[in-house]
This record gives sequence, structure tokens and C-alpha cells, in this order.
Amino acid sequence: MMTLPISQSIRRYQVQDLTDSIWRSRWLRLLLTGASLLLYPALATAQMPTVPASAAPSDDGQWTMPAKNYAATRYSALDEINSANVSNLQVAFAFSTGVDHGQEAAPIVADNTMFIVTPYPNIVFALDLTKPGAPIKWSYQPRPDAASQGVACCDVVNRGAVYSDGKLFFNTLDDNTIALDAETGKVLWKTKLGDINTGETITMAPLVVKGKVLVGDSGGELGVRGWLAALDVNTGKILWRAYATGPDKDVLIGPGFRSFYPSDNGTDLGIKTWPTDAWKTGGGTMWGWIAYDPDLNLIYSGTGNPGPWNQEQRPGDNKWTTTLFARNPDTGAAKWALQYNPHDEHDYDGINEQILVDMTVDGNLRKVLLHPDRNGYLYMVDRESGEIVSAKPYGYVNSVLSIDLKTGRPVMNRDKLTKLGTVVHDICPTASGLKDWNPSAFSPVTGLMYIPHENLCMDWKSRPVSYVAGTPFVGAEVVSKAGPGGNRGEFTAWDPVEGKAVWTIKEDLPLWSGTMATAGGLVFYGTMDGWFKAVDAKTGELKWQFRTGSGIIGQPIAYRGPDGHEYVAILSGVGGWAGAIVSGDLDPRDPTGALGMNGVMADLKTKTAPGGTLYVFTLPKS
Amino acid sequence: MSSPCRNPERWAAATRLLPFALVTVLAVAVNNASAQQDTAPDAQHGPNEVSVTGLFPNGGAPPPQDPIGTRFEGNKLAIAAGKELFGQMNCTGCHFNGGGGMGPALMSGHWRYGGRIDQIYASIAQGRPNGMPSWQDSLEPTMMWDLAAYVKSLSVPAPSSASHTVAPGTSVKP
Repeated sequence: MMTLPISQSIRRYQVQDLTDSIWRSRWLRLLLTGASLLLYPALATAQMPTVPASAAPSDDGQWTMPAKNYAATRYSALDEINSANVSNLQVAFAFSTGVDHGQEAAPIVADNTMFIVTPYPNIVFALDLTKPGAPIKWSYQPRPDAASQGVACCDVVNRGAVYSDGKLFFNTLDDNTIALDAETGKVLWKTKLGDINTGETITMAPLVVKGKVLVGDSGGELGVRGWLAALDVNTGKILWRAYATGPDKDVLIGPGFRSFYPSDNGTDLGIKTWPTDAWKTGGGTMWGWIAYDPDLNLIYSGTGNPGPWNQEQRPGDNKWTTTLFARNPDTGAAKWALQYNPHDEHDYDGINEQILVDMTVDGNLRKVLLHPDRNGYLYMVDRESGEIVSAKPYGYVNSVLSIDLKTGRPVMNRDKLTKLGTVVHDICPTASGLKDWNPSAFSPVTGLMYIPHENLCMDWKSRPVSYVAGTPFVGAEVVSKAGPGGNRGEFTAWDPVEGKAVWTIKEDLPLWSGTMATAGGLVFYGTMDGWFKAVDAKTGELKWQFRTGSGIIGQPIAYRGPDGHEYVAILSGVGGWAGAIVSGDLDPRDPTGALGMNGVMADLKTKTAPGGTLYVFTLPKS
Repeated sequence: MSSPCRNPERWAAATRLLPFALVTVLAVAVNNASAQQDTAPDAQHGPNEVSVTGLFPNGGAPPPQDPIGTRFEGNKLAIAAGKELFGQMNCTGCHFNGGGGMGPALMSGHWRYGGRIDQIYASIAQGRPNGMPSWQDSLEPTMMWDLAAYVKSLSVPAPSSASHTVAPGTSVKP
């Protein structure tokens, strides 16, 4: 039996997809909607999520922020390149970044210019798309402190710049946020936000919201105290900074704070859920993704793992590590918090992306966000209240049995809890999670979420560790290994309505690249041995692939060039945590190396070599 | 001098064994290397002169190995003490058990700043520009020699083939 809210939500979807001229009459609209429900009752159960228009305006052919839009869909409405012609895709131009470390950044396109930021030393290149071969328009070298390389936990990566209103903003490994004139490359301002001598670095891509540049820190493996800061776009002045640990006044928790679950409410939990003073070196860094809902005026971002990894040195929930915060971007004030992994003992950071969609759940239209957590569960969270609507595993997990929707807390498998001096075997997922930082995409056409992720497990032995400022504060020896089936990576198409995978592509190597969906019915991603792939968004069928110069851990994008044609771009260049064995020339004979990645990635050195190159593809000129 | 993680037992032992250490110096002088193994060496300072390059215009040469280094290199007690310090000072957090991570591999036989024990000492004491911290204000010379002895011991000869396929290990059963 149809209920009113369902028909409303379907109408909403259809109205968005069809032009106003067709839907001139409200009555006609209602009539047709009703008729479509009668004719196609299957629609009632297959209603697709929609993307809030305020967070994902109509596509202008540019790509101004790594996540494409505030809803973080990484969806391009361009459809010139489609499943019928993608096999003809060819290189339009390539460009060496000159940096042999992991290229995790998304190229940014605005004003007929492409902007790329390299790993350390964080060089910015502006390429002129109006000229043949896209020559360098300008470049800028911030010359970060070389010593910063020694406190970056997992290769010296940078996840990209952001363009807004004629300015380009990016972060440097040595803790500076820099604003450049996008036309000339001239420095407009530079603000120092941290100190590498405390182990602090910045690797994330900033986001611009309401005249503020939002920036967070890295260093969860060095006992760094996490924060998210807002800087004035015009001056670089720090307007607010919200810490992840410590007293409520530091976390920007005030009278307006009300979390959905009881254990996320209370006074000064950022102190009380730690042993004395342990919160000061407790992590919770903010090195991942931020989404923004303009209607609710809330930003959503997660915090990283608690430090040290040895959980026995920090009894308590360790708030607010591995926590999703909803904050008012004007003041930074927290509206609610949801701690994904209280007292995390597996390095399950909460920094992965949040994709904003509106969808009908049990007959009610809900404003939700989709978050594939490191702990292996895909959380659907109410954007207004912080309630977990659902949470289901999107791959093989044995460390977390389920997410208790009454308490919001994971039900842990006691056999996989970590212990001092004891090797706990076959914990799945591994420390880098069922999925790490590399972001998913959502297509409003298929209604599917595309998740590039890992299938790794680990053996873990905790050991005592002392805090020495500026050095790793870990206290665990980890050895990662392939998960069930032996394939170390997976690409999963996820149906948020049904709460299950529609199809999964098994990849030999872990997937460390982001993904992008297009209106051409394609999804793009890359592999760590250098293949850039386009698969059918409905079926997962491989439609095209191209072997780039090095392994891919970057973020694909699409844009409309000055010639009116669609282009797809990706940075190739292996590295990152999983690829550090190649970019850092590590020795595979020590499986504990690179926080336990060395052993499971031992063969990567025989499959790819370092080297950063931008590749841009298009269809042949007819 | 502050040393946040210095090992009192190690120091007590070193003090007690000082006369024997002096004997050891003499023993080394007569090239009786095996005699070192029973005694923990001690040192008041680092190497006198260290070079990190092999390039000497006009016919120069690397400075000779500092004799202090030969007392520590291969000495089981020094290596054991160095291994303990390696964990205590969180060196493992960057270099792990020699395979490397945030810091370079130490077992590969490739040394950015030289693999002689006195060169390793200098890297530990002075730090190196691409991220190696300087420890000379935190650690006593004997500790840094112990560390250098342990780091030197990590170097394992690489397989003879230039490129070898390494299996990524076993997978977990569901």
C-alpha cells in the first residue's frame, strides 16, 4: 500500500530529473506521479536517493573542489564520454609533476585552468587549458621545511587544492595554509597552523565554506592533538579552531550541543574519557573529508584514531577521536557528535568521506549522509540529529559484529580485541580499514554509491610506548595480510536503499585511489599497478583501461574543456601508506615496516615504480 | 643533559664494567675482536671526524674509522642495549625492524649518509635534513654508539638477483 511520503519522495526525484517545461502543471505532475506508481509499483521499493540541490548545484563543467561539490558526490553530469565510446578514449596531454611520491591529489579545474598540487615539496602548477598541450601558466614552490618529511606517517602526500572566487587554497606538509591568486600564482596570504616538532603535519585538502577555509591536521601516529580550523578567505586569519580532545571550550561544545546517543553527551568528555592528561597527546586529527549542507548550515567531518595505538595506555572512550562532528561553519560550534569507534583499538580513523543524500527510509524522507567507515560498516546517519539510520558491512569484517542502533556503538568481537604482549591474529579489517581515505562517489542516475576499498586483515601485538614529542607514538607491531579470497582490493557498488552491494570487482592490489561517476554511465578509478579504469556504472563491466606510468592513488575528475568537449584527468604516482614500499624504497623483508604494510605489499616493487604524472584523456577529434 | 628514556640499568652496568671496558680498548688494539663480546663498551664522545661523501677533489680520502666505533660494532651487549633504546626512543615507529616506513629502511644495505658505524653515529647525533631528528641533546654518546651498533647489525645482504618477486603472504580464511 502506498503512503503519502513515498509518493512525495518519488515525485521529488522525478521533478529534479525532468525539466520545468514538462512539469508546468502541479496537477498534471500529481496525476502522472500517481499513474506512474500504479503502472510501476516496483518504483515504490526502488526509489533512489536524491542529492540536495543546495549542496550540489547544476554542473558547470568545472571541478573546483576535490569532492566536486559540498555533497561530495564526485559525480560529473558530463556525458560526452559514455559506455559506447569510452573504448576510444586517448591521452590529450600528460604532465610530469617532478615528484616521486604518492600523488593523492585531485586536479582542480576552474577558469580554463587546471591546478595540481604535488606531494612534498607541495609545488603548485597552473596549466593553461586554452592552449595546445596545456602549458604551464604559472607554478609556485612553497619550499616547506624538509624536516617535515620525517613526521609524516604514511608518505608525504597532499590530497589537493580548492578553488574559490579567483583564489586557490592549499596546505603544505609543514603546517601552512596558503592562498594564491589563481590567475597569477601570487601569494595572497600564508598562515602557519602547527609545529612539526610536535609531529604535526597537514595533508588534507581544504574546503571553502561561507568565506572560510576549513583545514585540519595530521599526525595521529605521533600523539598529535587533532583540530579543525576556519581561516578567513581574504586574510588567512584564524576565525575558530575546534580541537578533537580536551575541555568542551576547546572542542567548541556549548549549550547548543545535543548528540543523539547518551554516551556522546556530557560535560568535558574530551578530558573525562581519558587517563590524566592523555588527551593532550591523544590524536583525533582531522586529515580527511568535510561535507557541507547549506540548508542546515552544518559541516560534517570526522576525527582520526586515538593515540597511542596500544589501547591499554588509554582506558576510556577517548573522546572525541574517531568521531563524526556536525558543526556550524560560522562559529565552529558543534551541534552533535557521533563517536564511531569508542576506545578504538584497531586504528579505525573516522575521517573517511561523507556523501550527502536525501532518501526515504521506512516511509519517511530523511536527510542523511553516507559514510563508509574504516571499521567496515557503511553508516547512514541523519544529518539533523546524528542518529544512525542504518550501518551495514560493505566487505569482510570480523572485528566488529554489528552496530547497535540503540547506543550507536559497535558490538566488538572480543576475540579480535588487542592485548599487550599478545599477538591477536587475523583481525579484519586491517589498521588502514576496510577502506582508507580514498573517496567514494555517488551517481544520482544509478542511485548507487561506488566504494574503492581494501580487503586486508592483520595480526596485531601491542607493546608499551613512551611519548617523545615529534616521534611516533604507536606501541603496536602490525603485520597486514590479504583478506578472504586473497584479493587485496575491492570496488563495490552499493545500493543505499537496499543496504547491500549490487556488484563487486575484485582487485589484486588494495584500492588506494578515489573514484568518480559520470552521467555517461561510467565510473572511473585506478589501481596501484597503474591501470586507470572505466567501468559500467550499472554492471561493473570493464569498458576501458589505460596503463599509466606508475601506480594510481589519486582522485579522478572530469571537466568541460574550452573546446566544449569532456576531459577526464587523473594523477598517477604510487605511494601513500599502502604504496610507501615503492615511493620510500622500503625493504619488504620486514613485514612490520610501514605500520604493517610492507609484507602484504611486498610484490608492489615488482609491479610499479615511483613517478608523478598527470594524465588527461578525451575522445578523438572527429 | 636530559635524557628522557635513558636506561639506568644500562648505565649502572656500564659504570661497573668501566675497568673492563678499558681492558677491552687494549684488546681491540691488538685486534682481538672476539674478546669484545663479553664486555659492554663505553664512550665519552662520538667519532672525531666523519665524512658522508665518497667524493674527494684533489685526491683526498675518507677519514679513518674512529677506534671507538670498532669497539661497539658487532658487540653483542652494545647491540642488545641499542635494540632496547631503539624501541624506547620510538625509532621503531619510523624504521620498524629495519624495513622502514616514515624513515628509510635500515636493513637494505643502502645507506643515504653512509653505513660505517661512525657515519651511522653521526646521522643519529646530528640528524639529517630530510626528516631524521637530531638526538645529541637527548642521548649520551654511549647510547648513540649502542644505537649505531644495533642499526649496523640490521643490515642484511640483499638477494643477489636485481629484481625478485616476493609473495604478498597468505590470506585470511573467512
